[in-house]
Amino acid sequence: MKHIKTVNKANLKETAAKGGCGKCQTSCQSACKTSCTVANQQCEANK
Amino acid sequence: MLVHRFIKGGEYLVLDVNSGGVHVVDELVYDMIGLLEPPLTEEMPERLVSELSRFPEKDIRECYDEVYSLYKDKLLFSPDEYRKYADVLTQAPVKAMCLHVSHDCNLRCKYCFASTGDFGTGRKIMTPEVGRKAIDFLIEKSAGRQNLEVDFFGGEPLMAWETVKATVDYARSIEKQHGKNFRFTVTTNGMLLDDEKTEYINREMSNCVLSLDGRREVNDRTRPTPNGKGCYDIIVPKYKKLVEGRVNEGRTDYYVRGTFTKYNLDFAEDVLHIASLGFDQLSVEPVSASPDAPYAISEQDFPEIFAQYDKLYDIMAEGVEKTGRKPFNFFHFMIDLDQGPCAVKRLRGCGCGNEYVAVTPDGEIYPCHQFVGMKEWLMGSVLTNDIDTEKQKYFAKTHIYNKEGCADCWARFYCSGGCNANAYIYEHSMEKPYKLQCELTKKRVECGIALSVKMKEARERNT
Repeated sequence: MKHIKTVNKANLKETAAKGGCGKCQTSCQSACKTSCTVANQQCEANK
Repeated sequence: MLVHRFIKGGEYLVLDVNSGGVHVVDELVYDMIGLLEPPLTEEMPERLVSELSRFPEKDIRECYDEVYSLYKDKLLFSPDEYRKYADVLTQAPVKAMCLHVSHDCNLRCKYCFASTGDFGTGRKIMTPEVGRKAIDFLIEKSAGRQNLEVDFFGGEPLMAWETVKATVDYARSIEKQHGKNFRFTVTTNGMLLDDEKTEYINREMSNCVLSLDGRREVNDRTRPTPNGKGCYDIIVPKYKKLVEGRVNEGRTDYYVRGTFTKYNLDFAEDVLHIASLGFDQLSVEPVSASPDAPYAISEQDFPEIFAQYDKLYDIMAEGVEKTGRKPFNFFHFMIDLDQGPCAVKRLRGCGCGNEYVAVTPDGEIYPCHQFVGMKEWLMGSVLTNDIDTEKQKYFAKTHIYNKEGCADCWARFYCSGGCNANAYIYEHSMEKPYKLQCELTKKRVECGIALSVKMKEARERNT
């Protein structure tokens, strides 16, 4: 495309089907403790 | 909201909310998307020619074809199809615990939400026996979960050092036989760090959060000792030693974490100051405070706060441009556009009161550390191995579709509805997100997405 560049996999929908395995870190345990920050956690399903 | 458009770092960015797609577009496409509503038709609406008349018609038609192509591929204006997953969310195994080993503290931070350490419930230290009971509880209630997280918290957890060690050692002695993998973390003010504790923490803790608010005068104003002196000069050398031990092993699993208040709205200076000390894993976060507190931030402070986030973004983006790497990591700008959490996790926040709980020195269970002391939210006890499953089920349903305004907010898959405790404390309802945090979060997510784009572009340039 000339006018649009998609920079990521845009795979949120695919992650839903096999999601919720619970392997990843609870967000509040990382650094915040007062401000919920979920999207910066890493998926650990395949680790 | 299906798409969110914003301009950052000179780039026109479009987030397709439901696919998570991030598109870098030109000005024409950016404007065009703002004029469109789904469903799109294969044939371009002719009104666009006049509405975008400052661009050549040929370009307008060419851009529409590209926009329509993305739309067809469900990468633009894609529908929200996640409610069905939210509808079946229910009580989950407990996998994470904030272990309040100490309801006492050796600092008297002005903004402490824990009433200077005791959460209003009297100064207490957890016994090793209660620590071990907490581990037994977690193992029993975590069926199907392998990775278990325990954060030593307080008050100041290093005041309960014997309990910390006894709890870790006990968990390590039985984790294999139960098929579990314990990840310990500690959130400390650093005052009691010594060589023995530093070595133990670096050996056993998968992350540590080291409290420091930034510049000496900023830190010492809000984080005094009980006799009114500052702690900066005591803790900074200890942090340097601890972090050096981790960095020498190639590790980056720590945060120097600060709080900013109305007293230091120029908090970017504090972030930069902490970075100048040699730390590169940083988090400086807004104070959680009652609106009538003199240090509380308010909506009137947003222009200044946003300018500070912009300043941090500019510095980090410049570093990426020049070196391909961020000069430091800023927790609230961390967004991995490809390997982030799954959509199911993003439907609700931290999991408090359901898969994540806090445990007091007496073994009482609360939904999280911010609920501790609110008797109406007491959920059980690790001493009797019981937890209120009805409350767990309630928290399981605190997802984005049950929170006022979230289902229509473009940032819903980044903050996941926000902090339940903040909602309850400041908006008096778990179903009502804390508006002040919402606006700050949106600003940070924009910076985080834009920075991730910069990183990707830098990687592409270098390959």
